[in-house]
Amino acid sequence: MTLDYKGATEKYEPTLGLEVHVELNTNSKMFCSCATEFGASPNTQTCPVCLGLPGALPVVNGKAIESTILIGLALNCSIAPYSRFARKNYFYPDMPKNFQTSQYDEPICVDGYLDVEIETDDGPKTFRVDIERVHMEEDTGKSLHVGGSTGRIHGAEYSLLDYNRAGIPLVEIVTRIIPGTGKYAPQVARAYVTQLRDILRSLGVSDVKMEQGSLRCDANVSLAPIGSGLLGTRSETKNVNSLRSVERALTGEIERQANRLEAGERIIQETRHFLEESGLTRPGRSKEQAEDYRYFPEPDLVPVTPDAKWIEELRAKLPENPADRRKRLQKEWNVPDSEMNSLINAELVDVVEETIKLGAEPTRARTWWLGEISRLANEKEVAPTSLITTAFVAEIIALITSGDLTDKLARQVVEGVVNGEGSPKDVIEKRGLKVVSDDSALMVAIEAAIAAQPDTAERIRGGNIPAAGALIGAVMKATGGQADAAKVRELLLRHLGQGQETR
Amino acid sequence: MAAISRDDVAHLAKLARIEMTPAELDHMASELEQILGAVKRVQEVATSDIAPTSHPLSMSNVFRDDVVKPSLTNDEALSGAPAQAEDRFKVPQILGEE
Repeated sequence: MTLDYKGATEKYEPTLGLEVHVELNTNSKMFCSCATEFGASPNTQTCPVCLGLPGALPVVNGKAIESTILIGLALNCSIAPYSRFARKNYFYPDMPKNFQTSQYDEPICVDGYLDVEIETDDGPKTFRVDIERVHMEEDTGKSLHVGGSTGRIHGAEYSLLDYNRAGIPLVEIVTRIIPGTGKYAPQVARAYVTQLRDILRSLGVSDVKMEQGSLRCDANVSLAPIGSGLLGTRSETKNVNSLRSVERALTGEIERQANRLEAGERIIQETRHFLEESGLTRPGRSKEQAEDYRYFPEPDLVPVTPDAKWIEELRAKLPENPADRRKRLQKEWNVPDSEMNSLINAELVDVVEETIKLGAEPTRARTWWLGEISRLANEKEVAPTSLITTAFVAEIIALITSGDLTDKLARQVVEGVVNGEGSPKDVIEKRGLKVVSDDSALMVAIEAAIAAQPDTAERIRGGNIPAAGALIGAVMKATGGQADAAKVRELLLRHLGQGQETR
Repeated sequence: MAAISRDDVAHLAKLARIEMTPAELDHMASELEQILGAVKRVQEVATSDIAPTSHPLSMSNVFRDDVVKPSLTNDEALSGAPAQAEDRFKVPQILGEE
């Protein structure tokens, strides 16, 4: 009998461990001044240093060190007063140097934690994820395996290497083992990576795009019978390139391991590859033989010794923790969870906050970003934030609040701005969109409408209020739809002696 | 320090992708033995109040600004490659690894 996920976690206790690699968004590489642009043509961003040519001397990118310290501080780590780079030696063509410059026993940041909150059967629960280390290394080149049927290494006739990515600063964030998550292990992992991504984004140190590989997660998991106090053999799943995949990969792997154990087989310590389509993992390199990377201190680089002053300067620069910030904003804006989640999922929290800071009325700021602007963005298949600036949105909302624009006119203004017709002011001017609110101008149109339909006017004077619709319609037509209909109604009825019943 | 065995040398040679004959392994094992003996003398004077040295210069925090400088062209980058295709370095098939 095979166990499903529920059965697996009723019998076995999963223990997690997560390694996240994040590419920093520096302009230049870690140890040389080559550009780091994503998607450049192959081997156009390389130099003697990142190609590992003889005699080339690496020099550390100061910005990358600063970003790493910021990450460490945001994850509640201690910053080591002394740390070094080390050579991790291996023969694999993804690094032309035959070693990766990394850190070994002296990482820049150690001993941190991140609290993550998930929904459980008993309501929200917080899990503390302890962070062992945050260290610096460099990314590897990209391989293209040619020949063979599957594009995989097996059966490939040869491989083609692009070293544009080799040497881009990479930060590795390693958790300690995460016990006690029980059946929630996959959700805890996902929540951790999500929160980590949000923190990295708020720090502005990385693009954190999982689909482009600037944020990558390796998920380790092992199982032991519940209550046994043992730690099982772990597998490590790579190629997990979305938040959803983190959860799916672990769910699948827990099920697979449980069924192996049920069948009396042992778990092999190995690297497995996540298959996006099926949600399953397939075996990769076996780690039965302990890897022997012969680490030694990098002789071409001097130690990194950040002083307390520098660390405190960086600490002062830390933005508010994104999770705390969301709770604060949700309270300030007084919105329900559902709307807050919509804003978060649409990545609109920042722009809404900014729009409000620029003076926009909060409810309108949320509705406009989530509604009309998101709708236009969906149509064009782009991010809402790429369509219009927060300053323009705030300007339009201010005009709605002041009564200069109706919602209907404002939609046209937004459309005009999005179509590149200029600022809201330009669009209003060019399209002639301002609400006609000048009473005397409206009165002229009202007088004209009454003169054109004297019988209708007479009926209204006699108390037939619904008849006003015809005259209001005429006024709206005369003003090209730019008058505020409620205002027209009020003025018209008052003019015909029905003022007290306007509302 | 433990002596270095012939097996250790064979293992290191494999990791370093250096092909060695049995005679060379014997020879290298005894040579490395002597080198380790010399290092051992240094270890005797290295006490806990002396920090290990990994670099001859007592410098730290040597950083450069995060500024892009021109890279090699694709032609220049590939000029030393034994084989190339599609603007990339061409390497033999990679076996036994995933």
